[in-house]
Amino acid sequence: MSVLTLEGISQEFGGLRALDGVNMVVEEGEIFGIIGPNGAGKTTLFNIITGIYIPSEGDLIFKERRINRMTTHNIARLGIGRTFQNIRLFNKLSVLDNVRVGSHGISRSGFFKSLLGLPSMLREEKEIKSRAEELLELVGLYDKKMEYADNLAYGEQRRLEIARALALKPSLLLLDEPAAGMNSGEKVELMKLIEQIRQEMKLTILLVEHDMSLVMNICERIAVLDYGRKIAEGPPEEIKNDERVIQSYLGVGA
Amino acid sequence: MNGLDAAITQYIDPYYLRIMILLGINIILALGLNLITGVTGQLSMGHAGFMSIGAYTSAILSMQFGFSYLMALLAGAMVAAFFGFLIGIPTLRLEGDYLAMVTIGFAEIIRVFFLNFEPGGKAVGLSGIPQHTNFITVWLIALLIIALNTRLLKSRMGRAFYAIRENEIAAASTGIDTTRLKILAFTVGSFLGGLGGGLYSHYMYYINPQDFGFMKSIELLNMVILGGMGSIPGTILGSFILTLAPEMLRIVAEYRLLFYGALLVILMIFRPNGILGDVRIYDLKKRWGRKEVKTCQS
Ligand SMILES: Nc1ncnc2c1ncn2[C@@H]1O[C@H](COP(=O)(O)OP(=O)(O)O)[C@@H](O)[C@H]1O
Ligand SMILES: [Mg+2]
Repeated sequence: MSVLTLEGISQEFGGLRALDGVNMVVEEGEIFGIIGPNGAGKTTLFNIITGIYIPSEGDLIFKERRINRMTTHNIARLGIGRTFQNIRLFNKLSVLDNVRVGSHGISRSGFFKSLLGLPSMLREEKEIKSRAEELLELVGLYDKKMEYADNLAYGEQRRLEIARALALKPSLLLLDEPAAGMNSGEKVELMKLIEQIRQEMKLTILLVEHDMSLVMNICERIAVLDYGRKIAEGPPEEIKNDERVIQSYLGVGA
Repeated sequence: MNGLDAAITQYIDPYYLRIMILLGINIILALGLNLITGVTGQLSMGHAGFMSIGAYTSAILSMQFGFSYLMALLAGAMVAAFFGFLIGIPTLRLEGDYLAMVTIGFAEIIRVFFLNFEPGGKAVGLSGIPQHTNFITVWLIALLIIALNTRLLKSRMGRAFYAIRENEIAAASTGIDTTRLKILAFTVGSFLGGLGGGLYSHYMYYINPQDFGFMKSIELLNMVILGGMGSIPGTILGSFILTLAPEMLRIVAEYRLLFYGALLVILMIFRPNGILGDVRIYDLKKRWGRKEVKTCQS
């Protein structure tokens, strides 16, 4: 079953056509890679899927539901989690609180419940906390749970973004260059982590990444964007040998 | 309760009692503004406008409509909250700091309105307001507000308010309806502004529109910034310093504007997050804990 379908998605910024009629079908449970040179429109595509931009043209379908005009928070509540290429943590909140906020979309306690401290609210708080701690264990940040997020090292911040996105219990996870700024050891760990969460949490993952060995290793299918157009799509082996992809992105000799 | 206050007066100089009462009122007002500006990150520069709505509404209700003290306070706060809600809806939808301009304008309109408002005594002001507010009532209410506020900020809602301040796009991506919660924070903050106003008018016996001008808004904003944006102990400390300083130091009272300006400059240099803005009980405990270990070893 397809989880996410893009039909002729275009996005204009002033005169610039950042995306130009992109079609894409992401199947349930797969890790789908999106590659392409800087400025190709990869991040813009994520921003459209998560409702930060409304596409100028085209349709966006998530689990048989059109979501083009939905707001960002409502899309999140449908179960689409994401991380950001330019890290967007809640800097002056603790690591633990960053992950706790992550579960906002799947928790209920409102203003008056919070004020009164009703039992149902306290129970929910406990759940939120223990789940956040589990996720911090998973990404190896449990020991730093009381640090301010902006005190973390770069690679740790990227992992914290993943933990926060997972707190939403998403069925579709969008990762925007999660390995950027990581050393090779961290990248190997990251690859394992992505495989593991896909398995354990039954996730479908959409991955934008520049590190080719990572992408070729863990993606089942890859789409290549260039100047807002999809120029190729297929399994890693095919992409590696595609003439146009080699010319525009991978470069001769890759 | 007035009996109790009289008893307290026997032990405490009435001058200090007055400062304590004003401090309690300022804490309530500043906690309201802290929720809007310190916690949720929406710059409001017209908090005194909501204070005046609460002050006049509750005073007129208890003088002319026979409302009981508590009912008058509550009604004043609700009317202020309603106005906060009304101007919050269009303003908080927009990106950028429109709120600062709109709130300055709003507070000014409210001030001019009361300058021409017959039942409020126009520019002469309103006098003969029953003096129901005393040390006990102010501090009972202040402690209740502090407790509720603390609980709120530690809850799911509180974390969402902070998240909006820290990064609105990331907040929305976790499922937070940022517009709705900004309006909520603004409404609750305005409620506290109105509540503080009601306590104030029922203490002062006499109010006039100049009590709630731009300077008062800036004074309240300074309490929040000085103590530490978003921190409840910080806001209380800021209220404490800025309530006492003008009383204790004549020179501060005379050069208020200069004093506030200088204070902000010094703050930006030495503690840009405010005195207690980034101090957590957790860190203090850790530091004390370490010291203990050291003394054990030596
Ligand atoms: N909000 C925006 N306003 C104007 N131009 C934008 C905006 N966001 C992205 N762009 C432009 O769209 C193009 C694609 O950007 P982006 O999606 O970030 O590329 P990628 O993530 O593939 O590197 C770039 O030329 C970029 O400058
Ligand atoms: Mg990008």
